[in-house]
Amino acid sequence: MSDQSFRISAGDALTAEKITEAGEKPTEAVADYALRLGDDALILAQRLGWWIARAPELEEDVALANIALDQLGHARSFLSYAALAWGRTEDDLAYFRTEPEFVNVQLVEQPNGDFAHTIARQFIVSYYQFELYRRLVDSSDATLAAIAAKAVKEVDYHRDHATQWVLRLALGTEESRRRMIAGLGVMWPYVDELFRDDELVVSLGEAAVLPSSLREDFDTMTGAVRAEAELEHPATDGLRGFVARGGGRDGIHTEFLGPLLAEMQVLARAHPEATW
Amino acid sequence: MSSPGADETEPWPLWEVFVRSSRGLSHLHAGSLHAPDAEMAVRNARDLYTRRNEGVSIWVVRSSDITASDPDAKGAFFESPRGKEYRHAGYYTESEGVKHL
Repeated sequence: MSDQSFRISAGDALTAEKITEAGEKPTEAVADYALRLGDDALILAQRLGWWIARAPELEEDVALANIALDQLGHARSFLSYAALAWGRTEDDLAYFRTEPEFVNVQLVEQPNGDFAHTIARQFIVSYYQFELYRRLVDSSDATLAAIAAKAVKEVDYHRDHATQWVLRLALGTEESRRRMIAGLGVMWPYVDELFRDDELVVSLGEAAVLPSSLREDFDTMTGAVRAEAELEHPATDGLRGFVARGGGRDGIHTEFLGPLLAEMQVLARAHPEATW
Repeated sequence: MSSPGADETEPWPLWEVFVRSSRGLSHLHAGSLHAPDAEMAVRNARDLYTRRNEGVSIWVVRSSDITASDPDAKGAFFESPRGKEYRHAGYYTESEGVKHL
């Protein structure tokens, strides 16, 4: 457990460098948990980065880039913290782990698809992350609490951004509505995995947040947006309506993560030890 | 009315952005952007014009709602007040017999 005297307040600019500098080693279990949250943010950031220079409008290019950079910041903090437990660095964890060593949820590795697919994925992730970080600020682990305090404000904005677009696409043209429904249909099967408890989170007690405890608020909040957007529950839209088996937390991934990692890691692996 | 950007011929409209910084006294014109509606314009403005300056107030106005002075009429419109001292009270001398002026 972290020493309570070391508590980075939300007012301080918490950076990955500061976490490394502080050198407050997490327990093995806390490190495993931080790695999960870091991987979620890292893979999502990598996905969103693809949109840069490809978004439907210049302004949206900037918005998606901002969200990607926020997520990358969260990833760096979580990975830097986890790395301390194993005498490694954030770069080691990001660039020199193989696919089965990644423990992100399968949702974040799903392809960008069209703009509506990306918004659907973002809608789910941002509501999930908001509920998670909102509670993680009370973690008994000081560093996790500090990372969450900084992240929750940013994720609140991501949530707003996704909400605005779900409403506009769903209530826009016939074509935009069709695409929004299709996007939600493709992403929704991966929702259940976000809220599954397992041995690790249960063993962490006050340090972590039980995923299952977030479900009710997630359903209420996203349900309210869907109602406003006049959208049926995705599973009842006559779309695929299945639930993915999940397994991301155990290193089991969909076919989409391998190529993403190949692209993300190629430079670092070609030039190990390089700095720039 | 179809929504902005519904087809090639109807792009997102242009908005003018006015920002008051955290220690600023008034809103200053920061620039412009495209957005489908006012709500999104405010959010885009936050991304484009306030990233390094938290605690701000943002106004967005549809460019088409702004009436500007005619640049070609500058001569008559903004003519210098020089040589028009008679417009100011200080130009006149006090008349005799007028009290308490």
